[in-house]
Amino acid sequence: MSWIVKGETGDWEIVVGLEVHAQVTAESKLFSGAATGFGAEPNTQVSLVDAAMPGMLPVLNAECVRQAVRTGLALGAEINRVSVFDRKNYFYADLPQGYQISQLYHPIVGEGALDITLSDGTTKSIGIERIHLEQDAGKSVHDLHPARSFVDLNRSGCALMEIVSRPDIRSPEEAGAYVAALRQLLRYVGSCDGNMDEGSMRADVNVSVRRAGAPFGTRTETKNVNSVRFIMAAVEVEAKRQVALIEGGGTVVQETRLFDPGTGTTRSMRSKEDAHDYRYFPDPDLLPVELTEDYIDACRATLPELPVAKRRRYVEALGLTDYLADVLTAEKANAAWFEALSASLATRSGKPEADMAKTAANWIASELFGALKRLGKDIDTAPVTPDAAAELLALVADGTISNTVAKTVFEAMLETGEGAAAIVDAKGLRQVSDTGAIDDAIAGVLDANADKVAQYRGGKEALFGFFVGQTMKAMGGKANPALINERLKALLAG
Amino acid sequence: MSLTDLTLSAMRTGLAAREFSACELTQAHLDAMAANRHLNAFTVETPELALAQAGAADVALASGSAGSLAGIPLGIKDLFCTKGVETTAASRILEGFVPQYESTVSGKLLAAGAVMLGKLNLDEFAMGSSNETSAAGRVISPWKAIGSDAELVPGGSSGGSASAVSARLAAGATGTDTGGSIRQPAAFVGITGIKPTYGRCSRWGVVAFASSLDQAGPMARTVEDCAHMLTAMCGHDPKDTTSLDLPVPDFAALLNADLRGKKIGIPKEYRLDGLDPTIAKLWDDGLAWLRAAGAEPVEVSLPHTKYALPAYYIIAPAEASSNLARYDGVRFGQRVMPEGGSLADMYEATRAAGFGKEVKRRIMIGTYVLSAGFYDAYFTQAQKVRTLIARDFEAAFEVCDLLLTPTAPSAAFAFGAKVDPLDMYLNDVFTVPSSLAGLPAMSVPVGLSADGLPLGLQIIGRPLDEQGVLGAGLALERAAGFTAKPEKRA
Repeated sequence: MSWIVKGETGDWEIVVGLEVHAQVTAESKLFSGAATGFGAEPNTQVSLVDAAMPGMLPVLNAECVRQAVRTGLALGAEINRVSVFDRKNYFYADLPQGYQISQLYHPIVGEGALDITLSDGTTKSIGIERIHLEQDAGKSVHDLHPARSFVDLNRSGCALMEIVSRPDIRSPEEAGAYVAALRQLLRYVGSCDGNMDEGSMRADVNVSVRRAGAPFGTRTETKNVNSVRFIMAAVEVEAKRQVALIEGGGTVVQETRLFDPGTGTTRSMRSKEDAHDYRYFPDPDLLPVELTEDYIDACRATLPELPVAKRRRYVEALGLTDYLADVLTAEKANAAWFEALSASLATRSGKPEADMAKTAANWIASELFGALKRLGKDIDTAPVTPDAAAELLALVADGTISNTVAKTVFEAMLETGEGAAAIVDAKGLRQVSDTGAIDDAIAGVLDANADKVAQYRGGKEALFGFFVGQTMKAMGGKANPALINERLKALLAG
Repeated sequence: MSLTDLTLSAMRTGLAAREFSACELTQAHLDAMAANRHLNAFTVETPELALAQAGAADVALASGSAGSLAGIPLGIKDLFCTKGVETTAASRILEGFVPQYESTVSGKLLAAGAVMLGKLNLDEFAMGSSNETSAAGRVISPWKAIGSDAELVPGGSSGGSASAVSARLAAGATGTDTGGSIRQPAAFVGITGIKPTYGRCSRWGVVAFASSLDQAGPMARTVEDCAHMLTAMCGHDPKDTTSLDLPVPDFAALLNADLRGKKIGIPKEYRLDGLDPTIAKLWDDGLAWLRAAGAEPVEVSLPHTKYALPAYYIIAPAEASSNLARYDGVRFGQRVMPEGGSLADMYEATRAAGFGKEVKRRIMIGTYVLSAGFYDAYFTQAQKVRTLIARDFEAAFEVCDLLLTPTAPSAAFAFGAKVDPLDMYLNDVFTVPSSLAGLPAMSVPVGLSADGLPLGLQIIGRPLDEQGVLGAGLALERAAGFTAKPEKRA
């Protein structure tokens, strides 16, 4: 469904393409052995190469190549058997070499696609034009001193994948869904941690507007937008700005803009006239990257089950609802937790995994996520293991405890870290499934409520719930509710 | 005969036999350096370091654990970063820069026991053919023409290396060659120098001029001396992706001047109109000498030769314009910050003050040929020419094993003789094509001009055939019997 800017002169369609910069998960930088950890003291992760000392040479980090290839494969993209690093020349204080090593002419990954799902349930395929590897720049700090600027080179030379989409995006929602889906995929593949607040993922947003069916309009590029929400906002405000500009008699100029999250607006950074001439040419310090079929196959073999396939399997093979499948596949860690719990629960209960999957999924979505939210933790730091949870759910499955009691036991597990069975035993929470004891309790309830028994037998069947509640109360809540139902029906009929 | 007159090979023998100590040998060279400072061959002298290294070499020689170059006093071109010793590439912009690291090649020489006498002067950032562009001042050749007192250029860019080795201030020296910077100065001062196959020597720690062309090599007084140094300098370096992961032969041990079965190609395009008749005659003599050593001459064609110089003077400046971007005053070397200036003002002031005229010219040319709208017309075309030139050589090497050519179109000239940059660039006409093709090539002194100045011939080999190049060089050396020496100044 297309998103429209309602202008004073009519409707405008928007055309959006995104260039996402994703920092490659690797121990060391793209061309040096320096570390890449986030948050280190300034200039403590800088090698002679990163500082561009005289005579230093780049040596390509094989892990970054592997991660780019795996990412390309996950996007179903063409892997280029030969790719070449180019120098992009410009001067800036946080660019020590005076050039950024990138891949303009022959990127490592060619065309692919990413499927996105929108809120109305429709899906759309967004084309990927290319992925290339490049160096990140350092960081300039201008606000520590009134007259001086400082440079931190920790990030200088870190590996980035620039993932360039086709201009297939037509609404802020699609832009947001695309970035979210891309982030999810990268995290599944393990090629980028997707931590947008640490700058591991950021996007350059290209926006233009046109009348439906008309050729592309002039685009602007809004640089370095670093959250899904800001990306959606940048698309929307930039589209509206362009429409207002055109309708006011102006023309959109090709320029680089910045998004200000504070004001929710974009402003011009530099126009095309001021644009750099980057003087790209092949970097003579580096050889072309040549990949063999065996290498690519080996990369493919390390790919995990990807979100779209996993989600489909959860729905089709495990019978989960769309909602649960979405929730559990949103993060690779959720899915891993779920699958571990299902497997363990199947083993413990002796029931088929397909039967246990729904139980496990529901419990995670309601109980576990609720608890994690309360505790301010995420699934990686959950205070219980999938196996411990399986022990708890197995006790429900075999009738040892009821769902109600299970909630209490889970609370105790979170507090004490003890196992479910031990808590049940220690607190005497084992559910009573002895029909004799239940019959005795029912007899007591029926005796004490002879009038209601008479009314029930006279046709007032709504009283059945009253008897169940009274019986459960008499048994301290520990009776098996299914057995109470069964025995009550028999004895009331009696 | 003084110790400094010995060849590097004779020094090895003498040191091994304990006829003299490494300290004596080093001191003799330090004395010669002190007596010849007017040549301006050194940018930095490191006498204390040299004597300490010589002392260590003497210990190693006595204990039998000496490396192949133990105690040999060498000069290191100031393009090689040397740990703890100022390295400036003869540019003001690197004034005061003291590397915390040792270049792979100089490190390998030191590991083999060599003694570093100091850093040798050069054209600024190795850009020049006469050593007139150095911020440390011009280097003077120890040679003078008959009947003239005019000071002569030592060639470039490895002019300090050439002058020092020729004047017996060092047994040998490192050079670097981008378009002839080892071979042309070697020819100008009557010494031997070899540029190995691109990738044989690591470029790590060598201040970059044009990365796809730069290659280190030795300069010494004999072919065998060069062979000893070359063996120590070559080898794979994981820190340089373009260095070749191949075994390095013991070039000196395998030296062989027997050329039976070898075919020597004479490229007809190198017979330039107006070539100096003395050079033309020596070229013919050289061919006759190689034939006498068993080789068979063949004429070959390198049809794209005339495009080599223009292509080189596009590619080398293009790479240089990018390689020299790091000299921005931000992290090391000189910084000029105008009062209240912006970052761009700092760049402009620093680079205006730091770079000399020739370097600026090449940065401008390089920036121009890479610019949008000009890239295809210049840089892409030049790369195509480069491929064609490499193919010319491949075709030639199908019918011959080695090529014989003059090294330079003239003998050494006087300072200021070549004012037009194009005149200067023409000096590289015989050396540039093999650089573009990445081939091993060496210059051997074979005779004197009518003015009594040295002239050299160049031997070019197939990729990785340094051994063949050295063998033919040895044959030339023996037949030519070049024994002329520059006048002693001391």
